[in-house]
Amino acid sequence: MADTMPSYIGRSVVRREDNRLLKGAGTFVGDMKLEGMVHVAIVRSQQAHARINSVDLEAARNADGVVLALAGAELKDVLPPISGMQVAAPKGWRDGMDPHIEIPDQTLVPHDKLRYVGEPYALVVAGDRYMAEDAAELIEGDFEPLPPIASAEAALDAEALVHDHLPGNIAATLHAKKGDGEAALETAPHRLKRRFYHHRYAAMPMECRGVVAEYDSRTDSITVWSSTQVVHWVRREVANALDMPEDRVRVVAPDVGGGFGGKGHVYPEDILIAYLAKRLDRPVKWLEDRHEHLLNAAHSRDNLFDIEVGYDDEGRISVVKNYFLVDSGAYSPVGAAIAGNSIAHFMGPYDIPHYEADCKVMMTNRTPNAPYRGAGRPEVAFAMERSIDLIANELGLDPAEVRFSNMIQPEQMPYAVGLPYRDGVMIEYDSGDYPEALRKALEGIGGLDEFRSRQKVALAEGRYLGLGLGCYVEGTGIGPFEGATVKIDSSGKVMVATGACPQGQGHETAFAQVAADIWNVPIDDVVVTLADTSHVTMGYGTIASRSAVTASGAIKDSSDKVKEKVFAIAANVLEASESDLELRNGSVGVKGVPEMSMTLKEVARAALPGWIHQRPEGIEAGLEGTAYYEPPTVTWAYAANAAIIEIDAQTGVVKIENYVEVHDAGTLINPGIADGQVKGGLVQGIGGGLFEELSYDEHGQLMTGSFMDYLLPTASDVPPIKVIHTETPSPRNSFGFKGLGEGGAIAPPVVIANAVCDALKSFGAELNNTPVRAEQILNILDAGAAVAE
Amino acid sequence: MKPPPLDILTPSSLAEALSMLTEYGDEARPLAGGQSLVPLLNFRLSRPAILIDLNKIADLAYIKDEGTHIAIGAMTRERAIEVSDLVRKETPLLQEATTQIAHLPIRSRGTIGGSLANADPAAEYPAVVLALECELVAQSVRGERRIKAAAFFEDILTTALEPDELLTEIIVPKIPDGSGSAFVEIARRHGDFALAGIAAQITFAKSAPTDVRLAVCGAGTTASRLTAAEEIIQRDGVGAEAIKAASDAAAVSVDPMSDLHASADYRRRLTAVMTAQAVEKAAQRAGVIS
Amino acid sequence: MKAPRTVSLTVNGEALSGEASPRMLFADFLRDVLGKTGTHVGCEHGVCGACTVIVDDVAVRSCLMFAVQAEGADVKTVEGLADGEELHPLQKLFSEHRALQCGYCTPGMLMTAIDLVESSDALSEQDIKVGMSAALCRCTGYEGIVKAVTAYAEQVHGKPVTRESDNG
Repeated sequence: MADTMPSYIGRSVVRREDNRLLKGAGTFVGDMKLEGMVHVAIVRSQQAHARINSVDLEAARNADGVVLALAGAELKDVLPPISGMQVAAPKGWRDGMDPHIEIPDQTLVPHDKLRYVGEPYALVVAGDRYMAEDAAELIEGDFEPLPPIASAEAALDAEALVHDHLPGNIAATLHAKKGDGEAALETAPHRLKRRFYHHRYAAMPMECRGVVAEYDSRTDSITVWSSTQVVHWVRREVANALDMPEDRVRVVAPDVGGGFGGKGHVYPEDILIAYLAKRLDRPVKWLEDRHEHLLNAAHSRDNLFDIEVGYDDEGRISVVKNYFLVDSGAYSPVGAAIAGNSIAHFMGPYDIPHYEADCKVMMTNRTPNAPYRGAGRPEVAFAMERSIDLIANELGLDPAEVRFSNMIQPEQMPYAVGLPYRDGVMIEYDSGDYPEALRKALEGIGGLDEFRSRQKVALAEGRYLGLGLGCYVEGTGIGPFEGATVKIDSSGKVMVATGACPQGQGHETAFAQVAADIWNVPIDDVVVTLADTSHVTMGYGTIASRSAVTASGAIKDSSDKVKEKVFAIAANVLEASESDLELRNGSVGVKGVPEMSMTLKEVARAALPGWIHQRPEGIEAGLEGTAYYEPPTVTWAYAANAAIIEIDAQTGVVKIENYVEVHDAGTLINPGIADGQVKGGLVQGIGGGLFEELSYDEHGQLMTGSFMDYLLPTASDVPPIKVIHTETPSPRNSFGFKGLGEGGAIAPPVVIANAVCDALKSFGAELNNTPVRAEQILNILDAGAAVAE
Repeated sequence: MKPPPLDILTPSSLAEALSMLTEYGDEARPLAGGQSLVPLLNFRLSRPAILIDLNKIADLAYIKDEGTHIAIGAMTRERAIEVSDLVRKETPLLQEATTQIAHLPIRSRGTIGGSLANADPAAEYPAVVLALECELVAQSVRGERRIKAAAFFEDILTTALEPDELLTEIIVPKIPDGSGSAFVEIARRHGDFALAGIAAQITFAKSAPTDVRLAVCGAGTTASRLTAAEEIIQRDGVGAEAIKAASDAAAVSVDPMSDLHASADYRRRLTAVMTAQAVEKAAQRAGVIS
Repeated sequence: MKAPRTVSLTVNGEALSGEASPRMLFADFLRDVLGKTGTHVGCEHGVCGACTVIVDDVAVRSCLMFAVQAEGADVKTVEGLADGEELHPLQKLFSEHRALQCGYCTPGMLMTAIDLVESSDALSEQDIKVGMSAALCRCTGYEGIVKAVTAYAEQVHGKPVTRESDNG
């Protein structure tokens, strides 16, 4: 092949985003300043559950600099609620999940009832945020407190209802079954029954949310800039709420300072700010502050499991029964998606013939629950991986051994799990070698046998070392679709627009790499536009580890459409046969004949409409193609984690000596970016395992309302980490890509819990909740010491 | 989270600041480094109408060698204390404690006077001034008053300062020869509020302790001296058994609060662990144990 | 109410001034009045470090200062690091070591690191981890940040950063 570019896919190309971000020249929503802009402060409930009798806005309206003050009553008949089903339940769930889904709609600003501390009930628009906050303080509400429902379990038995139309506070139930769980349990030689709890924590991006909106009365159109992961969803909801054509609503996510799922759905403010901009005919800005973010941006996890496992003398698991409650807070913006994820992912990389899952998505008087990096997978990894360690303990086997015994072998791939995925399609793990990943992880921490010897020696010296393992699989690249539009501009540049909405993943670079390879152009000749509804008519967004697969797929399909035309036109101009042509280095030309060639710029010109065009008959003008890639189903990434910890016997503090993750996300676009994603997720997982916790008291008051109490991992909390990337291509798309945004965050909590239990094995310790607390560990040591005496 | 409406007055001399404090009384609060006060203002948990900004009073920031002691102006930045050769040499306990306060950018603005007057139960400096038996100088329009550290901390976030007084100087005795000190603390993450912190200052003669000062922070409503533990070390020395007994006594003598980060019991345990570590370290530095 | 005052100061070597009411936070003054939006706001209670700038040669949290307190100050923000198109050595190292992803914490991280390195003549790996724990990052997991700051320290101090030997 003459003169073709070396492939960009697979190279750690320096990120093009870096330059502006390093200089502080990024544009985040908070940086935007529009002429005449006014600022919003939102008044939020300080009670977990209350009826609103009245809201007095008089003093606020008269305060300095106030343009508008309003409460829920005024919006009651003006703005519809956000539909509870921002993500529709797929058709394929009907049979496989027995879904009963009654997710309540979310009124933007309630007028009748408040259901969680942080829920908005009024707002003020003023000249600046300072004045808006002053006025907000003057708003007096008359509330009648109602009994707060402070947990999922309490919700089951409570007389009080979070939503009057949801008896038992149940917003959804799902039921899935494979084989015959009851019978299998009865005949299993051994049974394990345990309760596990994976607690409430959240995405906590460094940039809080924010929305700026500007209405143009001349064209009756509106632009909304939102720190969001789903610009097309926001457009849909704004257009619906304001009764405008979607085409007249433009939504843009500028630079977004982290999302991790927390910005992955439409929030009331996305619509409210747009409404205010139109109503006031002035640009409106709302920036969430950190206290608001802790109270009101979606929380996540918070699942309570009652698990029963049947197994034999070798630790081979024959059945898992998984009954769990999701504490979804007062609303569930992404419906039953997390619960569906949990059910689908529970069995992980293990070959388990019988499975039964039953879940209830509960409404409580807490902040709404929505996906955060992992979205159900960390929860079930916790339950499954703890169960395996407990089984190993019961049988006197090594937890690694029990995992190997149960793992799906590479020759069993593709492996049909027997359950539908969140997209409704029956799950089939497509490619990978799970035992090999675990072997590599054990090698990475210095070898299992070596560790066990070291552990024994240490124990004799009164030191507690532990090994924790965590293996999982991850469905990635979910549909329903992603959109892309590719154009060859008259400059010859390849213009790529897609619906992906990055928040740090380096998409501008990664998709430039993909497009540069597709078109065989230098990467600097690819211009990527993301997160802007005006550039691609339909799009889905960046959540659920999906964009590498789905956006690339859409870019390829739309490129294919344009390539057809490029080849037809070039064949016409060069008087060659299309099958003799190839793309090379920004040009298209005859294979083996370097001088018979035209640049893409020349093709673009030849494609123009006009009297001197050079298109063959039947070829329409322009070089533009749009495609909506609908993946057949998800493709399966996976990982094996191993960590060695030591417990400080005096303080109970866990020190992670070494953490290894072997991670496979198929072919990697940019290994450097991929590495950063996995490591970033991993450290978030460590946060979830040891530091981060959203705590409520029995009145439904959030006690962790600042960064003094919600503790994020810092540079000095990060252990030595090694991530080993393996690349088993996906057979489900032409690139071989699998998704990887979430992976790193899935296993660390259970790895840490398993390691601690392993270290304290001689005490018969069981840690079946998160976060893992030093005090708990000290109590175990004390109890053991007491017994020994 | 923006501060409520307020005015900021910027006196250029202590006298000016004191008369402002008297004039405005309840309406005003002094603003030192702001690292504790401004977050409260941003959360609107504190709502003074006036802040008296002390940061432009040049002669309130100094570290002076006065022979038997070091005089430190109340507005001296924690960061300046951290890098002061004089402090490191003559009162190393103060220097070591400073390195554990929050993070460097906080120490850039935070002041010793601000920290002491704020009297956060987990703050490091109160424990240090108790252990070093400092005198604190308070001034008002009515004159000057010296308050012994032992009488300074009254309750959570409450000191012996009158509403019209400013803390202006901290008198830190230089430590005698043959002594060793250590400041150790344990927190959830580096720089967080101490769950238990110990300031240890021990003077030895012929390897026996002659003067034992142990102060704890983070394990009660105020920092305090661990007198029972001190007595044990004074009497029995710094062998392993004595240290264990002293630590146990320390744990029993504190009355910690329970919160999200640690229960009272756990804080008690940590007090014991930190006491042992601090005493051992101080003794090592004095060359008494290896 | 509380009348706005003129605050005059030097930012990145340039004499600037703007109006601020007494309660206006320095971070907001830099961003909204002076238009220096590179400095970001992440928490407004002094924990996250995103708002860190250098004032009179030391790193400070601009969300914990009032604008009026910066009268006459010599301030350096992220916008002053690059020399035209030429990035500051630490900025180059950040890109090379993948010390940023979303970029929100990055300005504060850079200013924190510069103060940490330039106010010392030798740092150990532990010093760097402890020093950089002053600023939160949610995206990277810190490995790239620590590597970049380590390389910068070695450049500035002209000697290797002492590594942790082994754990325990």
